[in-house]
Amino acid sequence: MIANPRGIAAIYMFEMARFGRTFWTSLLLPVITTALYFIVFGSAIGSRMTDIDGISYGLFIVPGLMMLTMFTESISNASFGIYMPKWTGTIYEMLSAPMSPTELLIAYVGAAATKSMIIGAIIFATAHLFVEVSVVHPLAMLLFMMLMAITFCLFGFIIGIWAASFEQLQVVPMLVVYPLTFLGGAFYSIDMLPAFWRSAALFNPVVYLISGFRWTFFGKADVSIGMSLTAVAIFLILCLSLIFWVFRTGYRLKQ
Amino acid sequence: MEHILDIRGLGKIYKSGHRALHDVDLQIRKGEIFALLGPNGAGKSSLIGICCGIVTPSEGQVLVAGYDHQAEFRAARRHIGLVPQELHTDAFERVIVTVNFSRGLFGKPKDPAYIEQLLKDLSLWDKRDAMIMELSGGMKRRVMIAKALSHEPDILFLDEPTAGVDVELRRDMWNMVRKLRERGVTIILTTHYIEEAEEMADRVGVISGGQLILVEETQTLMRKLGRKSLTLNLAEPMLQLPAGLADWDLTLAGDGHELIYEFDSQAEATGVPSLLRRMSDLGLAFKDLHTKQSSLEDIFVGLVHQGDGTDSVTAYQGAGA
Repeated sequence: MIANPRGIAAIYMFEMARFGRTFWTSLLLPVITTALYFIVFGSAIGSRMTDIDGISYGLFIVPGLMMLTMFTESISNASFGIYMPKWTGTIYEMLSAPMSPTELLIAYVGAAATKSMIIGAIIFATAHLFVEVSVVHPLAMLLFMMLMAITFCLFGFIIGIWAASFEQLQVVPMLVVYPLTFLGGAFYSIDMLPAFWRSAALFNPVVYLISGFRWTFFGKADVSIGMSLTAVAIFLILCLSLIFWVFRTGYRLKQ
Repeated sequence: MEHILDIRGLGKIYKSGHRALHDVDLQIRKGEIFALLGPNGAGKSSLIGICCGIVTPSEGQVLVAGYDHQAEFRAARRHIGLVPQELHTDAFERVIVTVNFSRGLFGKPKDPAYIEQLLKDLSLWDKRDAMIMELSGGMKRRVMIAKALSHEPDILFLDEPTAGVDVELRRDMWNMVRKLRERGVTIILTTHYIEEAEEMADRVGVISGGQLILVEETQTLMRKLGRKSLTLNLAEPMLQLPAGLADWDLTLAGDGHELIYEFDSQAEATGVPSLLRRMSDLGLAFKDLHTKQSSLEDIFVGLVHQGDGTDSVTAYQGAGA
């Protein structure tokens, strides 16, 4: 399956260099966004909020904020990474190189996921400036972050292959992922919702993802960690199957 | 003769239902320059795309240095370098970075000395740290070639290498192609500039309507189909052909000032010396004369315009016989 590690490294480094060119924007953006969220939700509104499950509101939103940013960043980076060569035409080179689809996937998704991890880490670090953050299961947190970064980058990769225009590239992250994440309990516990909406929220897959990540921080969450992991696994398998189908049929990559 | 590229029964039907290639068989010899000629939409790019792994064939097989281009795609593709028709580049990348990237993509370890020589050969060394977007179109094309050669392929596909290229770059390109051939690189180029094929190629293939209607040594083709014409500028205009010259295939042109004789340059007796003797006997004087060989262009246009492939092949075989 993997016979061309140099080829993977070449694409990975190319993609990282692309991120590197916008390093300061990439770094500053999450820092500023996080700071704004903490000022608005943490200090301004949070000071009037009661603790949730014994967790101060400022602290409560840290995992949600990390996930919200990582979801959107993963999707946009991974989709952009594969869409650009398609758009400029440079994809001819990847297709004519002795690289298997799996190798291309590892390179592109690996690079995008690395960037997501970096951004997640920056938000995590920034949060320390505003609240005292403690993590109950640090290793699980790291693993969960990685799993989320990879899964959403896979999802972004699929969108990048599917998209036939820049508009389509934007539409799924903006119209589907962002609302689902915002409504997925990034900034509140679904227990705070009225009964009907609480049941409705359980159909939102993102609830399980954010809840699972919150569990790694506080050891408790809206839904059980087993449920969360199942949701993650389903999403991951779904993305992998879709990609497998894309590669097998050459969908939108080869004529 | 060893075949470095062996194309068998290749066909391609696009999703739109368009049949771009039909049962193409082609064997490319190691170290030759092969020119694929054809009008736009004839299937040249589809054929190259399939060999390079960008287009999936609907039927048939391609062997690259003996490796199946699908089942053994890694081994097959290592042999191939591709310079596509369009200038696809990463605008913000630097020349040397993008060339090293291409080498890495093909799984080769870094080789700064080779890359330096390559960029020097292509007059790109001074521009190695320039961003690709800063380069002129001609320089961008050189970058594309450098990328294609970065992994030291022994087959190079040049898809319309000189389309929209100025005279100087075209000459450079031809020189480069010759140099590569000296190094043993097999070159397959597509073009619709006949002069290019005539000047550079060892063999020519003509593709039309997705069918390879002819493959022939350039020289042989020129000879087989090449007819010559002899034009005599007469001292005195002639109103009609004298009966004494009826044995030759002659026409009058230029208001009787020119006498044109069409002949087969390959024939045992071309009829030229006897014609001149007879004219001298008849006292017909001429001021000047010149002969012209029909170019590959004439041949090509003739082939492509004879309707569908089968007719052309028949016509060709008839002409060759």
